[in-house]
Amino acid sequence: MYFLGGLASLFFQTLYLTFVPPFKAERVFEEVKKTGYDSLPIVSLVALFIGFIFALQTAYFMQRIGSELYIASLVALSVVRELGPVLTALIVAGRVGAAITAELGSMQVTEQVDALETLATNPIKYLVVPRFLALILVLPLLTLYADIVGILGSYLICVYKLGISGSLYLRITFEALLYKDLFTGLFKTIFFGMIIAFVSCYEGFNVQGGAEGVGRATRHSVVKSFIMIILADCFFTALFYFIFP
Amino acid sequence: MIEITNLHKSFGEHKVLDDLSLNINSGKTYVVIGRSGCGKSVLLKHIVGILKPDSGKVIVDGQEINALNVRRMNELRLRISMVFQGGALFDSMTVGENIGFGLIEHQHVSTQELLERIEESLCLVGLCGIQNLTPSELSGGMKKRVALARAICIRPQIILYDEPTTGVDPITADSINELIKSLHDKLKVTSIVVTHDMKSAYKVADRIAMMYQGKIIAEGTPQEIQETNHPVVYQFINGLAKGPITETLEQFR
Repeated sequence: MYFLGGLASLFFQTLYLTFVPPFKAERVFEEVKKTGYDSLPIVSLVALFIGFIFALQTAYFMQRIGSELYIASLVALSVVRELGPVLTALIVAGRVGAAITAELGSMQVTEQVDALETLATNPIKYLVVPRFLALILVLPLLTLYADIVGILGSYLICVYKLGISGSLYLRITFEALLYKDLFTGLFKTIFFGMIIAFVSCYEGFNVQGGAEGVGRATRHSVVKSFIMIILADCFFTALFYFIFP
Repeated sequence: MIEITNLHKSFGEHKVLDDLSLNINSGKTYVVIGRSGCGKSVLLKHIVGILKPDSGKVIVDGQEINALNVRRMNELRLRISMVFQGGALFDSMTVGENIGFGLIEHQHVSTQELLERIEESLCLVGLCGIQNLTPSELSGGMKKRVALARAICIRPQIILYDEPTTGVDPITADSINELIKSLHDKLKVTSIVVTHDMKSAYKVADRIAMMYQGKIIAEGTPQEIQETNHPVVYQFINGLAKGPITETLEQFR
């Protein structure tokens, strides 16, 4: 409860300070680069291989019932609605969330956060707001990218291994996908971005002790982000199931 | 003038400040001495408003710190600088960016003036021309000097020093003491130095106050402190293993 209270307090303070001048766009761009652009290699790798694996695993059953063509629609729906958003969020929580906690934690331990305050700078405004904005902006874009790369991975397997025509694969993919699939997949990533931002910053600010404390906080940050992302995903899946049946 | 009145602060069960009162006159250098962990740094953090007291008041130039709104608090903070024990330099920035941080964020000076002020501050602490180094490339003593340069760059009226000579060799410690004195003379600032280094205390202080069990138990000029009959102060300034401070600790064991 203490953790959730602290998280809620950080959320409201950040939201308020987001709209209070001065606005430093360059700090947000800097974080966008660290959070998004620098995550592209790992996201590409994971998404491409998930596409390969998912196509091959689906083909195992589909070939038995002679319905290989449905691999395209199955992969498209699974990747866009579920795998793309959740895997991207988990990668970013592990890669970016852990780095944020470790960085803010080290700053806390070495009194850099206090030094910011003595220099009349609000640490939440300076450290949390740019990371929060970058994450809610970057996560939907990274997810969209992961969706495309995941489908590409499956396309490569289906076209070059299973002998399905490339144009037919793409036609089936686009026929299977509805706007609501894309929307529900991307919408929830904004919340995943918020979870990663607030959990990682909260854990970083609340580091106690030295190096051991930073390590503990980083571990907590990743584990708590994972749990909250999965719970949020479950909630949104159920919500959209009833809103967009 | 800084007036600290009946300050109380506890962390959980541990009472750190217990009805502490102290008045600090403008333009003077006050040294607060006491054992490690006795709450000296906590006292400094109350003066700059990073920590809030459980009760009591800190009044700086007639303004009660905890009654100020955010804007007034920030204005006041730009008149008070703090030099942290480990330097607390931002390690994602260069030395120059660290020193100019306050100016860049709040005072909107021209690039030319910014560079001049950074250079001037670095030269004042005897480190001209190291703007482009990063904090990880500096020695412990250099970090303390750069932290000092960052503190003076915003031209404060009050400088708070948290253990400025701890963890550096005796020669660097003495040069930091000289620096504190010369900055005080040149900039006419009010300085509060917390330390347990008595050599440093005697060298820089106009007045010395001793903190013990969350209170100020003695206050006076360096000479008055050196000639004290107070058994606790006597044990501390002479660094004796036996005396009332250690006897109290043994009672708790």
